[in-house]
Amino acid sequence: MKTAAQPWQAVIGLEIHAQLSTASKLFSGAATAYGADPNTQASLVDCAIPGTLPVPNREAVRKAIQFGLAIDATIARHSVFARKNYFYPDLPKGYQISQYELPVVGAGRLSVRVDDGRTIEVLIQRAHLEEDAGKSVHDAFHAETGIDLNRAGTPLLEIVSAPVMHSAAEAVAYMRTVHTLVRWLGICDGNMQEGSFRCDCNVSVRRSGDTQLGTRTEIKNVNSFRFVEKAIEYEIERQIRALENGDSIVQETRLYDPTRHQTRPMRSKETADDYRYFPDPDLPPLTIAEADIARERTALPELPQARRVRYVTELGLPEADADQLCSDRATADYFEAVLAALPGQAKLCANWVLGEVAAKINEAVIEISAAPVTADGLAQLLTRLREGSISGKIAKDVFAAMWNGEGDADAIIQARGLKQISDTGALAAAIDAVLAEYAGQVADYRNGNEKLLQFFVGQTMKRTRGQANPQQLNELLKQKLAGN
Amino acid sequence: MSLDHAAVRHIARLARLAIADDQLESLRSDLERVLHLFDDLAAANVNHLAPLAHPHDQTLALRDDIVSEDDRSAQLLALAATAQGGYFLVPKVIE
Repeated sequence: MKTAAQPWQAVIGLEIHAQLSTASKLFSGAATAYGADPNTQASLVDCAIPGTLPVPNREAVRKAIQFGLAIDATIARHSVFARKNYFYPDLPKGYQISQYELPVVGAGRLSVRVDDGRTIEVLIQRAHLEEDAGKSVHDAFHAETGIDLNRAGTPLLEIVSAPVMHSAAEAVAYMRTVHTLVRWLGICDGNMQEGSFRCDCNVSVRRSGDTQLGTRTEIKNVNSFRFVEKAIEYEIERQIRALENGDSIVQETRLYDPTRHQTRPMRSKETADDYRYFPDPDLPPLTIAEADIARERTALPELPQARRVRYVTELGLPEADADQLCSDRATADYFEAVLAALPGQAKLCANWVLGEVAAKINEAVIEISAAPVTADGLAQLLTRLREGSISGKIAKDVFAAMWNGEGDADAIIQARGLKQISDTGALAAAIDAVLAEYAGQVADYRNGNEKLLQFFVGQTMKRTRGQANPQQLNELLKQKLAGN
Repeated sequence: MSLDHAAVRHIARLARLAIADDQLESLRSDLERVLHLFDDLAAANVNHLAPLAHPHDQTLALRDDIVSEDDRSAQLLALAATAQGGYFLVPKVIE
């Protein structure tokens, strides 16, 4: 019989590669645009032509500083570019310029909300600048591999978390938080299909209470939140099963196969981890002036975490609404622009932004910035709703018409004659007609069947084609039914 | 620090150098002498000094984020041993 053992605990750290959204590369003036014909954006520097020298991109450094400040990290006044040496056909120099001992961004932290409602603090050990490699195309050629160096030299920020997460859900929540942050700051477009945001997952397991980490495996280049979750879940289970069978874990690099939902070992490169880093003699240390750091600090936008807290404490929004609005800066800004025209109506504005607007955006698969109904347009519509000019149901119809480009809210309300009937005389006439038509039901109501009120409301709405002011209708109906 | 033949082979493989067995011993002793030199350096007391990444007292010049390079793929591909469809071709690499 087995002795009762402590349950297993997974330990996860992520290395996230965020492509910095610069126009030109990290060390050359070649373009970084996605999708160009192969090798048309490869400069002499990117191709490692002898005699060329790298010159770093100021904007990439600036974006790294912005990230560092946003995670409350120390920005290194002096940092060093180092060569990471390995041979691979899509790495023409035979080394990648990266940072090793002295990265530009030191230790910081990020507050992460997990799906189950908990908030965890994730320690970020460092973030460093490095260049991307080129792309190898394996399937387009028969006996050869094609090399496209357009991506070679593209600036990346590698964001390295401490091994502090304990489930796939925590790791994905952290990855989403970083994804939101880099997009919020405008330093990375976050496009995962194009590889602008991808992640290596380091996973190990140990018995709860153990202080030593177990042997870890690294799952390389996972490029979707769902795949990260599946890959980590699979890997945790695989390691536990192996250890319970008395096997040991081999420290290795694994690949995630999304069709089988499995990880499998990469063909072993026995010398892969022997990178022989050393400071790049072509590049003196990167020095960042205190004044430059101060300027970036001043220019930093209100961060998603701070805004989320403000929405809950100052605007009184539910946490779930605040979370959703702050998942994307453009959405939060849109919401605030609508709210500016409707002070005190935060919940109404949130409901519309997260309801009608979000539904249409998802349906059309566009960004909120491209929505045909602008924040000002929505604000006008909601103002009419608040005034009582139109009902909530009509407002949705008007919104759909606005989305289809039929004009602004006022124009549509006017053109379709949708203005709510708030005129007591007209409403009273409609009610009288309904009560006359359904005399039997009126008698039932007066005998105590008060549920029939909704029936009369419905009939009057029908007669007014939905344009009756609901509140007024209710009041008038009750009065009339009471026999006044 | 001393080196054995296995370490020499490992270093050669990292550097993609083919070395013959009869070169091993002479390379091993040469490299070992180089390493002994580093042992001497390591013996110096540098506790009061910050690590020096670069011998010159220079700061890095940065450039503005401007695309300054045109498409030179025709010239670059012409330098390659084999190229096709805009790609450099290399012997099949499969992960």
